[in-house]
Amino acid sequence: MRLARVACAGAIHAAQPQQFADGRAGVRLTDGRTFSEDEVVWLPPLEVGTIIALGLNYAKRAKELAFSTPEEPLVFLKGPGTLLGHRGVTRRPADVKFMHYECELAVVIGRSARGVRRGAALAHVAGYCIANDYAIRDYLENWYRPNMRVKNRDGATVLGPWLVDAADVADPGNLELRTYVNGKLTQQGNTRDLISDVPALIEYLSSFMTLTAGDVILTGTPEGAVNVDVGDEVICEIEGLGRLQNTIVGDALFGR
Amino acid sequence: MPLGPCIVVTMDVPPYRLSGTVYGALLNHHTALQALGDAIHRPPYDRAPQAPVLYLKPRNTLAADGAPVAVPPGVAELEIGASLGVVIGRPACRLSADRALEFVAGYLIVNDVSVPHLPYYRPSIPFKARDGFCPLGPRVVARAALTNPDALTIRVFIDGELKQTAVTAELVRPVAKLLADVTDFMTLLPGDVLAVGVASPAPRIRAGQRARIEIDGLGRLENPFMAGAS
Repeated sequence: MRLARVACAGAIHAAQPQQFADGRAGVRLTDGRTFSEDEVVWLPPLEVGTIIALGLNYAKRAKELAFSTPEEPLVFLKGPGTLLGHRGVTRRPADVKFMHYECELAVVIGRSARGVRRGAALAHVAGYCIANDYAIRDYLENWYRPNMRVKNRDGATVLGPWLVDAADVADPGNLELRTYVNGKLTQQGNTRDLISDVPALIEYLSSFMTLTAGDVILTGTPEGAVNVDVGDEVICEIEGLGRLQNTIVGDALFGR
Repeated sequence: MPLGPCIVVTMDVPPYRLSGTVYGALLNHHTALQALGDAIHRPPYDRAPQAPVLYLKPRNTLAADGAPVAVPPGVAELEIGASLGVVIGRPACRLSADRALEFVAGYLIVNDVSVPHLPYYRPSIPFKARDGFCPLGPRVVARAALTNPDALTIRVFIDGELKQTAVTAELVRPVAKLLADVTDFMTLLPGDVLAVGVASPAPRIRAGQRARIEIDGLGRLENPFMAGAS
């Protein structure tokens, strides 16, 4: 099953995919009403707990950033204010030169996990989403990297469109990822190239912290993260999980 | 966002409960910067921090006054990171320093427990994100009850013996300035906590000892430390 969370008709609703007879895509609320995709406001598909993100978790990406493959997963944490739903807009400050997307497989924890071994790890997963974890490299400083001014910005972690049940994803270790900027393919990878795969990450994290239902692990991005500019439409796609759309906007919209 | 199961912090002012999100500012106490000396200008850092250096204590770390904190096996001592915690009262985005305190609901004591570590380039999160590594409380004291958050004395006692005395007057960014600079790039939400800075050197504690932190007007936060299973 695929579930979204949308705001429409005066409330927040759970919604499932709806295909209209004329081919348009939309959503069906649990009460039966249907809307086209652009008639609703897409929220992150769940109430997210702790947001755990991975850096340099694809070998070629580490090479692209001139890092050797890390010995221990490079984990950082993000706050809930950075989340944004499908079809939202993300601000690119006027003074920056390098802001890039990061298409990532997001793993949603469904059952508490502490001291879980690799073989049992996937039983703790509720499902999967697509994440686009923007970074602004101009703001990178060498203290507690990646620092929050780079990675914890308002509305710069796009999550959605759906929470796809784990049961509907045959192998999270073999999913194609693609990013398109204005329709042009700019990033491509496969989760089979993860340095620490999903079971390994759950084993590692749960060795020192309790993971709780609603916690989300952003598993890292493959090579090919390029600069985006105001007006660009960025679509991150993961096999079986859908397409996550976002548009880059400028300071003016925010009165800056 | 739900809090950890063990957290109980009384809060008698809006929004009446913590959100469960706790940020901390690193190197925001002059003594912490001084402890690094000239190293801040050398690799891997290259220069002193420009923007506030923040980290997040996830919800599994949150613990109440009195809750035992587990010292992981193989770790001899932990650091007691005693800090004033600012509790946000209203959505705080792009605050000006002169009005920032109006967005504060109140204050509490934060014990940002860490496994001692260096460097600060890219610390591994097990140093700071273990279960129970962020006791806070004992209650949120309303902003109106505290005249000046930048003139508080913080005392840390280990087994009743005074080990550290620090003053919030020595913050690199005083509370209002810190709120202004942080909210320039990230909105703080009602119930969020911002730990404003830990003085250096942070006192160390071993399993079997008790940490007590006192801050003027905020009471005392006391937690026993015990040997952990994993």
